[in-house]
Amino acid sequence: MFDGITPQLLFGQILLGLINGSFYAMLSMGLAIIFGLMNVVNFAHGAQYMLGAFVAWLALTEFGLPYWGALLIAPVVVGLFGMVIERLFLRPLQSLDHLYGLLATYAVALIVEGLITRKYGSTGLPYDNPMPYGIRLGFMVLPAYRLWVVAFSLVICVGTWLAIEHTRLGAYLRAASERPHMVEAFGINVPRMITLTYGFGVGLAALSGVLAAPIYQVSPSMGSSALIVVFAVVVIGGMGSIAGAIASGYALGVVEGLTKAFYPSAANVVIFLFMILALFLRPSGLFASRDEVR
Amino acid sequence: MAIRMLIAIACIAVALVAPFVIYPVLLMTILCFVIFACSFNLLLGYAGLLCFGHAMFFGGAAYIAGHILKTTSVSLEVAIAGGVLAAAALGAVIGWLAIRRRGIQFAMITLAFSQLIYFLLLQAPFTGGENGMQGIPRHQLLGLIDLRSNLSFYYFVLAVTAVAIFAFYRIVHSPFGEVLKAIRDNEARVESVGFDAEKFKLIAFTLSAGMAGLAGALKATVYQFATLTDVSWQVSGEVILMTLLGGLGTLAGPMFGAGIIVLMNDYLAGFGEWALIAQGCILLVVVVFFRRGFVGELSALTGYLLRRTRSRKEPSVPHQAIADEAA
Repeated sequence: MFDGITPQLLFGQILLGLINGSFYAMLSMGLAIIFGLMNVVNFAHGAQYMLGAFVAWLALTEFGLPYWGALLIAPVVVGLFGMVIERLFLRPLQSLDHLYGLLATYAVALIVEGLITRKYGSTGLPYDNPMPYGIRLGFMVLPAYRLWVVAFSLVICVGTWLAIEHTRLGAYLRAASERPHMVEAFGINVPRMITLTYGFGVGLAALSGVLAAPIYQVSPSMGSSALIVVFAVVVIGGMGSIAGAIASGYALGVVEGLTKAFYPSAANVVIFLFMILALFLRPSGLFASRDEVR
Repeated sequence: MAIRMLIAIACIAVALVAPFVIYPVLLMTILCFVIFACSFNLLLGYAGLLCFGHAMFFGGAAYIAGHILKTTSVSLEVAIAGGVLAAAALGAVIGWLAIRRRGIQFAMITLAFSQLIYFLLLQAPFTGGENGMQGIPRHQLLGLIDLRSNLSFYYFVLAVTAVAIFAFYRIVHSPFGEVLKAIRDNEARVESVGFDAEKFKLIAFTLSAGMAGLAGALKATVYQFATLTDVSWQVSGEVILMTLLGGLGTLAGPMFGAGIIVLMNDYLAGFGEWALIAQGCILLVVVVFFRRGFVGELSALTGYLLRRTRSRKEPSVPHQAIADEAA
């Protein structure tokens, strides 16, 4: 089974794994930020990722806006859409069992995915690669765009993590995650903060969608299939731990890539098998913090 | 209570006559989803566990029962029992792993497990992959009774559904069911009284998985095929919608919800994605505005009206109304 693994194949799959891992990391980080503050698992995260890719595609085909513009515009547009969703549907459910928030965002995901499929069909739409050249490494050619995706997502992840851990705004956010009423008593508008945080998390999902558009085809179902894997990643990393979400996102992407190289038929399920293993060994998650098990 | 008996008898009478008016396969689909929704209601409505991957038991049992019928000559009820047992065994294993986490995480884990089962069934040699399992034969019941006509098969499905509903009723009204409700409302308190809450949750999960398996095995014999759709997250979402729309934790609610959603899907089948969009809209409205569901809101309304008329008749006894409210 180890025969016939050339360095090209091996490094190619590791790179592919790192790219998938970039998306897993960005998506699970967004989920973790939203969950930390609102205790809601954003089931619409996949649909919002897909919307980001679609906004980029629409901006290019309808208005001729190039990739770099879409990278700025799509997260803002989809983030605003997210804030509307939060204000209309999630805020009324805040005081209830958090399962209702999950179900409401699931309903939003169904509606969004259904409407987009209705309008644009279920087949994938191509999006031109904005960096159609490669970097020669001797044993393989590294596509420049893929390198850009890995580097850019790493910057976003580390940047967001640093902002939450080391800025004043991040401190408010962490405080409001733990004691919302106390923070409110200090004169901080927590409901507005929740709306903005949800919008930020949704914007992150849309940003991943724009990054994904030139690699995968833009299709309505791209979100839901990614989301279930991201859920497993979040379960492995431990809910609400942002660093855990980022680390396990990249690690599991690479694991998936390696499985594709060595044992392709298990590539679809390897992350779920890791989830089972993690449930066995660390029932509260690999990077879980104190108030994890709820 | 007398009114309830009358309603039940009326329902049975309607169910007996229905196949002469409505296409039996549509009715059997409703009955299968009634069982499926009851199994889900046992978990979420009574034990407070949101399983977001219930389709794995439904679709898994469909494949197992179909495989038994295709490769052996055993009678129908043995194949269905095989599907039920397989689903219950799967439920025991997955439940054992998943109940280590609570609430929202439990939902995410069960969803991930259902996707794992989906991929396994996609690649398994006996399932037919993307094409699904075709041409499942309907063997004779008990090796004697021929059920190949849809009309006679309808009465078999109706009888199985009646037994399943009765079993569900007995489970939720047993001491076991009371403990489940107590776990839903306050798990720490139940443990402090000396019950092993995890054991009760695992039993409930296994029972519910078996019941979902019964629904799936029946559906495979009704349609005579099993597909990956039966295992997909869309079906897991559908059963959540049915249960919530009808009324969580009520006996009649999920049955009502199953009927409405199956009829709606049937009506919208020719309109592509509108079925999904409609499901999303209904779920959103139910979650935001009518969390008690149709039956729950209806009984709350009748309760309110009854109290109002009674308190108007006896205005001098205010604590009567309070006692009613407490009850």
